[in-house]
Amino acid sequence: MSIDLNRASTVDQAEIARFSAIAETWWDPRGKMAALHKFNPVRVGWVRDQACRRFGRDTKRIDTLAGLRILDIGCGGGILSEPLARLGAEMVGADPATTNIEVAKLHAEKSGLAIDYRNTTAEDLAEAGEKFDVVLAMEVVEHVADVPLFVSICAGMVKPGGLMIAATLNRTLKSFAMAIVGAEYVLRWLPIGTHQWDKFVTPAELETAMSEAGLVVSAESGVLYNPLADRWGLGRDMDVNYMMAADKPD
Amino acid sequence: MTARTDVFIAGGGFAGLALAIALRRALGPSFAVTVADPALAAPRTDARASAIAAATRRMLEQIDVWPAVAGEAQEIVDMVVTDSRLDDAVRPTFLTFAGEVAPGETFAWMVENAVLLAALRERAEAEAVTILTTPVTGYEAAGGTVTVTPEAGAPVAARLLVAADGVRSRLRDLAGIATVGWEYGQSAIVTTVAHEREHGGRAVEHFLPAGPFAILPLVRNRASLVWVEKTPEAQRIVGLPDDGFHEELEKRFGLHLGALEAVGPRQAYPLGLTVARAFVAERLALLGDAAHRVHPIAGQGLNLGLRDAAALAETIADAARLGLDIGGPDVLERYQRWRRFDTLTMGLATDGLNRLFSNGSDVLRLVRDLGLGMVDRTPLLKKVFIREAAGLSGAVPRLLRGEEL
Repeated sequence: MSIDLNRASTVDQAEIARFSAIAETWWDPRGKMAALHKFNPVRVGWVRDQACRRFGRDTKRIDTLAGLRILDIGCGGGILSEPLARLGAEMVGADPATTNIEVAKLHAEKSGLAIDYRNTTAEDLAEAGEKFDVVLAMEVVEHVADVPLFVSICAGMVKPGGLMIAATLNRTLKSFAMAIVGAEYVLRWLPIGTHQWDKFVTPAELETAMSEAGLVVSAESGVLYNPLADRWGLGRDMDVNYMMAADKPD
Repeated sequence: MTARTDVFIAGGGFAGLALAIALRRALGPSFAVTVADPALAAPRTDARASAIAAATRRMLEQIDVWPAVAGEAQEIVDMVVTDSRLDDAVRPTFLTFAGEVAPGETFAWMVENAVLLAALRERAEAEAVTILTTPVTGYEAAGGTVTVTPEAGAPVAARLLVAADGVRSRLRDLAGIATVGWEYGQSAIVTTVAHEREHGGRAVEHFLPAGPFAILPLVRNRASLVWVEKTPEAQRIVGLPDDGFHEELEKRFGLHLGALEAVGPRQAYPLGLTVARAFVAERLALLGDAAHRVHPIAGQGLNLGLRDAAALAETIADAARLGLDIGGPDVLERYQRWRRFDTLTMGLATDGLNRLFSNGSDVLRLVRDLGLGMVDRTPLLKKVFIREAAGLSGAVPRLLRGEEL
């Protein structure tokens, strides 16, 4: 993820063409974001299941998130926001990178989905007093400068009775081998330099940050890659990729 | 004005209708499904009957079609396989199956096609599937949508188009998907006979030199025949006057069930093996005979088609419940991977069986008789064959396991 400093208020035609080209590759399941596309259904499913548990919904209904206002922080090209919007959620996607937001907007329009994408940060949204039923921080915690501060800002935007979900990478020897050496250098799934291992967050650190922000951790799961089936799935092993859900009391 | 639907199914045969019903039941009233087929304008006249494997029956139960069919379904209690020449006085029995896949659950049922199609049609209407009685003449996939052009009426925009339009699928051709396969130079004569004595639910398959001759029990003391001959011979037999046809029939059928009477129209269907090179294209999935046609030697054509429908329904339902794009490449790829392996296995197995059995060579006869004799004496192998015939091997879709979608 790169921060685009071009914050021009008017976007010209050449720029739109450039964004469209990026959107095409971003959303191509066999393109350079292939790994994310394979990973995505697993986290969408977990987010759906946690939201259904918290709000008493039926996971089999195709409008199961109807009426829930959900914030997707670090939404990128919208690969998580779009499925949740299709399930009925009122989505707000936030990303500090202008390119990401333009790509996401273009694709949502093509998909016929109304998603409120904003070129902004969690801090700015919190300052504006925005509130959500669910706040998602998926694959962003490992990129922020101050984890406890970031988590408290996210938690502050969760309505009472709501939910926060974070997905990130654990700081273990295994995650160093798999996420840095494996995913970046060997498999070339991700650009080299995507992750800095020393910024990875252990489940204990994340849980402490969530508790201090007034949340109660309600579920956690590892996300595991099966190289033989070339598929991702849920599992108990949280040594590399994991997700954590925390409830805000009523 | 363009109408909108979620899934557009071109072709209202078994697989197309079953898919439509399964999707409506699983995904609820906000998920729109359209089926288009000119054949849906009038009641079906198909004189054939089909073997419904145990797994397929479970699926029909799940989509609430079986209750309307059950009274007209004949349970196959056991199956006898013989290998003989036409003039053999006694046809030695090499294999008998008394097949239960679970206590009290038989491995197959016989149902007339017209009965099953009428039940599927009725259920589709009850589930508020939109039915168009017109063929599809074209389609265009662009962005997140496929726009389908029916011959009559306005274009329809869908998220996914399903080609369930048969062996000579027009949509498959429009998508530029080639097929591989070959003709066997054989045709299946299909007709229905009434007989004097009770068949007791026994199916009989004689492996005659020209090809299999199957007697499949129907309700009310009738049997459906699938009688394979070289194509010119099949055409000659079908064209015989009634008494000539009767004579040929009796020669093969025998008199173990008493006096015989041909009661249905007789038709010859050329046999071949056709498999599409791809089962999916942009916003398009092939279903049933549009994807594959196998030799009817093991009675698996309809079952394969409904297995496609169960797998595609499950793939679509799982994707829709995750809010994923149901016509997107990931979702279609999952369906294709799931079905292609199974289809190839079945296609090659039926092809091999046919080559082995449609042959008068004494050497091959010895080989297959030894083989069948061995299978007959090995309960475990027999169990494997019964589960295969019942459609319960491999990665079985939830509907075929009798589970809710």
